[in-house]
Amino acid sequence: MSTLHTVNKSPYERNSLTSCLDHLTAGDRILLIEDGVLAARKGGAFAQALQDAKGACAIYALGPDLSARGIGQSDLVEGIETVDYGGFVDLAADATRVCAWL
Amino acid sequence: MSDEQKRKTFLYLNRRAPFGTIYALESLEVVLIGAAFEQDVSLAFIDDGVFQLMNNQDATAAGMKTFSKIYRALGDYEVRKLYVEKESMDLRGLTLDDLMPITYEDENEDYAEKPSIIVINKSEMAGLIASQDVILSF
Repeated sequence: MSTLHTVNKSPYERNSLTSCLDHLTAGDRILLIEDGVLAARKGGAFAQALQDAKGACAIYALGPDLSARGIGQSDLVEGIETVDYGGFVDLAADATRVCAWL
Repeated sequence: MSDEQKRKTFLYLNRRAPFGTIYALESLEVVLIGAAFEQDVSLAFIDDGVFQLMNNQDATAAGMKTFSKIYRALGDYEVRKLYVEKESMDLRGLTLDDLMPITYEDENEDYAEKPSIIVINKSEMAGLIASQDVILSF
């Protein structure tokens, strides 16, 4: 029944993440990919917004995109789970629909 | 499987202003292609996407095609549900009067002209997203 929302833009450049967070239904999942993973770094301006969303929706970030940008596991906002490409496929396959926030 | 069973709900999610990028025009082209497959099509306009429906667009002097006229023809392709988010309009100082008067003819009511634009709020938009089979983002 749930939606997988993907966000691939930096929240500091575009409002894709904010718009995504504004259109969630409880039980949905969010996957941060490409520049979208920049939101997942602890201490950033969007850390609190992700924390707030986490109550109703699980949040994931794509590991290879984090590594590429020098963001380590210990740098992540607490509770954000890292997935690899296989995990990305699993999330998409488990979801009823995928909604991309570009 | 009958045709009716195969019918799916498609939502085209538009979040970009027209002309600055190719997204709005590409979206419209995909909508028209998709319309040929007789699916249940809805369009959503969020964020700068609401600017796609502005009335009185004229891109002639800018050297581009004024493709906004095509939105008015969507009703003929059975694309009759254009959902526009109220919060996005409010933020940009827009009201329904600023948008094109897009209508369709209802064959069940003696071809009465009915508005295709439906203004909904953020939480209704979230519900719309959660009710679709397929979402195509532009």
